[in-house]
Order: sequence, then C-alpha cells, then structure tokens
Amino acid sequence: MVDKYQNSIIKVRGLTKRFGKFTAVDNLNFDVSQSEIFGFLGANGAGKTTAIKILCGLSSPSEGNAEVAGFDVYKQTENIKKNIGYMSQSFSLYEDMTIVENIRFYGGIYGMPLTLLKERTNHMLNRLKMTEYANKLIKEIPLGWKQKLAFSVATLHRPKIVFLDEPTGGVDPITRRQFWDLIYEAIDIGITVFVTTHYMDEAEYCHRVSIMVDGKIAALDTPDNLKQQYNAKSMNEVFLQLARKK
Amino acid sequence: MKALEVSHIYKTYNDITALKDVSFNVAEGELFGLIGPDGAGKTSLIRIIITLLLADSGEIHLLGKDVVKEYKYLRSRIGYMPGRFSLYSDLTVLENLNFFATVFGTSIEANYNLIKNIYSQIEMFKDRKAGDLSGGMKQKLGLSCALIHKPEVLFLDEPTTGVDAVSRKEFWEMLQELKQKGITIIVSTPYMDEAEMCDRVALLQKGEIMSIDTPQNIINEFSEELIEIKTPDLYEVKEKLRLEFGKNSAFMFGQSIHFSTSSKSKSKELLNEFFEENNFNIESVNIIEPNIEDCFIKLMTKDS
Repeated sequence: MVDKYQNSIIKVRGLTKRFGKFTAVDNLNFDVSQSEIFGFLGANGAGKTTAIKILCGLSSPSEGNAEVAGFDVYKQTENIKKNIGYMSQSFSLYEDMTIVENIRFYGGIYGMPLTLLKERTNHMLNRLKMTEYANKLIKEIPLGWKQKLAFSVATLHRPKIVFLDEPTGGVDPITRRQFWDLIYEAIDIGITVFVTTHYMDEAEYCHRVSIMVDGKIAALDTPDNLKQQYNAKSMNEVFLQLARKK
Repeated sequence: MKALEVSHIYKTYNDITALKDVSFNVAEGELFGLIGPDGAGKTSLIRIIITLLLADSGEIHLLGKDVVKEYKYLRSRIGYMPGRFSLYSDLTVLENLNFFATVFGTSIEANYNLIKNIYSQIEMFKDRKAGDLSGGMKQKLGLSCALIHKPEVLFLDEPTTGVDAVSRKEFWEMLQELKQKGITIIVSTPYMDEAEMCDRVALLQKGEIMSIDTPQNIINEFSEELIEIKTPDLYEVKEKLRLEFGKNSAFMFGQSIHFSTSSKSKSKELLNEFFEENNFNIESVNIIEPNIEDCFIKLMTKDS
C-alpha cells in the first residue's frame, strides 16, 4: 500500500486564509497521495469550506503554498478546475434534464471529444444498469440513483481528483455501499478522492482522515490509528473528543 | 399506559405505496426512533400520527384518543418539529418563541423551565432574525418553539439532518434531558448510528417496518458472523469473495473488507480455507460486532 500512495497529488504547506482579523484556515500542512480516499472532517465553522475553495481554485490563500494535481493554487487555478471533479449532495444534476442530457452537458463543459463522450456514456450507463432509463428525467429517478449518477458524471472527464461533499446522506445502506463501490473503482483507475462530511460513519470508509478544529488540523491518520490513539470505538467518538475540547 | 398505538396503517400517493400495514406502540416516557433512508415513509407516518395527514386505512390512538376524530384535542398536546426549518425567518428568535407560545395560549414565562437548558444557549441572540442563525442554533430554536406549550408527546422529523457531529451529540443530550422530564419523544432519522441513542427503534424501509426492538436486541439478532478482513489486495479479494459468496457478501471499509454470509457461524473457518485455496495474501481475519447498519442491510436482503 505504501508504494501506491507515494505520489502526492495534493501538497499543502503552511496554507493560511484570513478574513480581516479572523483566521479561518491556520497553517495547514498535509499531503494526499494518488488513489487515496482522503477524509476532510470538521465541525461547522472549522474552516473546511474555506480550505476546499482554495484547493478547488476558487479562492486564493493569504499565505502558504498548495499544489493540486501539480498546479499552483495562486497562478494556475484554471488548470486546477479542469483537472478536478466535484459532487455535493445539495447540487449535482439538473432535475429537468434527462440522464443522458446531463451526461452530455457535463462532457461538453469539460470539452470532451464526442466519440470519447459517447463511449464513456455507454460504459457508464451499462455499469450503473441505467441504459434503458437513459431518457428519464432526473427528477423521476430515486435519490440513490441520482447520487451514483452524480458521482459517475463528476468523474466522466477522468479528473485527477474528485471532491465529494457529504456524498451519501440519506440513502439506504445498500445503495450507500454500492456508492462506495463506485468510489473504490475510481481509485483503482488512479483517481484521488477527497471527501468532506458531517457523518463520521462515512469517515470509516476513508484511507486517511484529517479533523479540523478552529482552522487547524487537530489530527490526521488512518481511521484505525485514530481510534486507537484516542481509545475510541468509532470515528464519531474521536471527532467529539477533538471538536468538543475547546 | 401507551402514549401511542398505531395499527395497520396504509397510505398511498397515486400509485406509490408510502406506508404498508404499519403497526407499533410507544410507551409513555419512551424515546422512540423511526430509522430509515429517504423515501422509507418516515415523514408520512409522523404526519398521519400528528393529525396533519389522513391514512387510507388503519387506526391510530395518541394519548388514548383517535387521531382522526379528536384531532382538536390532540393538537394542543403534541409538539412537532418538521424536517425543514419552518420558523419565521423574518422574525427574531424571541418573536418566534413568543408567537408559538401565544398561538397555544400560553407564555414563555409559564413554561420557561422546560426550555431553559436549550433556550439559554441561544438567548444571547434573541434579537437576531431566525433566518440568520447557524444550523445548530436554528435547531435549538425549533426545539424551543415545539416545546413552549409543554406538550405531552414530542415529534421530531429528521432533527439532525445536515447538522455537524458536535451539534448532533448536543441535540441527543437535550432529548435525553426532556425524556427525564417525562415527555414521550418520537424521532425520525436516516442515520443508522443514531439508533443507539433511542430506547427502542423501528427500522423502516419502503413503507414497511422490518424490525422493532431495542438497538441492542436488533444487533443481538444479527444471525451470522460479521468478519473483518485485512489484506493489501483489497479490491481483488473483495471481487473474489463476491463471486464465491454473492454480491452482498463483501464490502470495502477503508483499509478492510467486511464480510458476512447467510451460512450460520463457522464463516471464519470457511474463509480461511477459501483464502488458502486461492493463495491470497491475508493479514488478518477477525470476527467483529455488527452495527445497526449491518442489521438493516441484512433485513433488506432477507427476502430477495
């Protein structure tokens, strides 16, 4: 496993972001390796969103450095955007468009050649067992399907990194595990997965997890090691010990 | 006495069955959980119980009264916090609370004791508009408003959805306190790990109750062994296990695989043999305790 994660796809050094006198992100340092599932946790207001915006090329840091997929977060934000995918629970697909229209739309945005887009669309629909529903509107399909589809669309252009925001909230546990199957397939072809969530049981699926408290990373390790270190049965207990310490 | 008796409730919307033959009881002073994913029927069920929606058939007695015939009696005796934030965003915290107290013919002072521990956490923002509160604070205000008329039974529809883990923990602690004060609480959640905070839970899937019991009993009834496998070749081993034992037999969990089959016990021996035959590189094979989610999955796949 060690070998597999040697290449850093995200490098963060001393990353800091201030809003006036308030330091939202305070000297973050971490690496994410290729094909890693990296959990990025923190309570509301801990600074997660601010940090992610920087990593997605949507906001500039006040201090420090970061490279995402080999691109600099100050100067190469457009390159970053082309090389990442993003999926959140609150927004993912257009409800009034069909499955296949959504796929075509996203493929178009990322400038995928038509033949490649067609090939990947067929492959994706086949994999998701949705081929015969390709012309259904998004609003007509179950939530679990939407989430699986949204993830597949977010990785359609084979980004180097895909950012997931609370990806499996509210779905039934079987659908959720099927969703994680898709994630594990994605890392198998070299995609790196960066997950933020409030739900600590999602953290158990990650290879490594960082926990932000008041703008700083308070802990970073594998779920097993964290549970051991904090003498906790679950990631939820680890999280509460750290986040409630204030 | 039973605070709530639900018998044989059916509900359909056009051709979609939302609830199918749902029956259960809740004792006075109990903290009862309705656990199920989106679309399981949790909200429909709660809305039928609290007199906001009519069932197609079946009967419900709440506090000993029929919910259809005696809805007027009941409405002043129950508290309800819907899943969506449904207070007045343009009113301040204090104005919202005053409004709900007045609607129920009471005052904040009369029942302040009941909400004190919750409301005191947001009282410093009492002049802020409700729409400008953070998620955790909205939730505390919502709970205060649902309690201000001192209800005998409190209904909470997905109170913890979208709230961070710290606020969630605090919220469940508040519910425990309310329970100590003798209030019967019925709470729904899609988050399986919250089951353990309840006295008893009903596991709901596609409009049907799959199981009702204490969380520990549900876990005890998990009829097979759950096994954690550690290996450097996670993906490959998982695929092979599925081929051999079925598609729901093995799932990836970070750095390990969770495995279970319907063949009772001895699965560890079975696995070790299988690994030996296939020459897999396995670091460890351990029996672990299932959680509610594992039980939920088992119940979902029982009939298929």
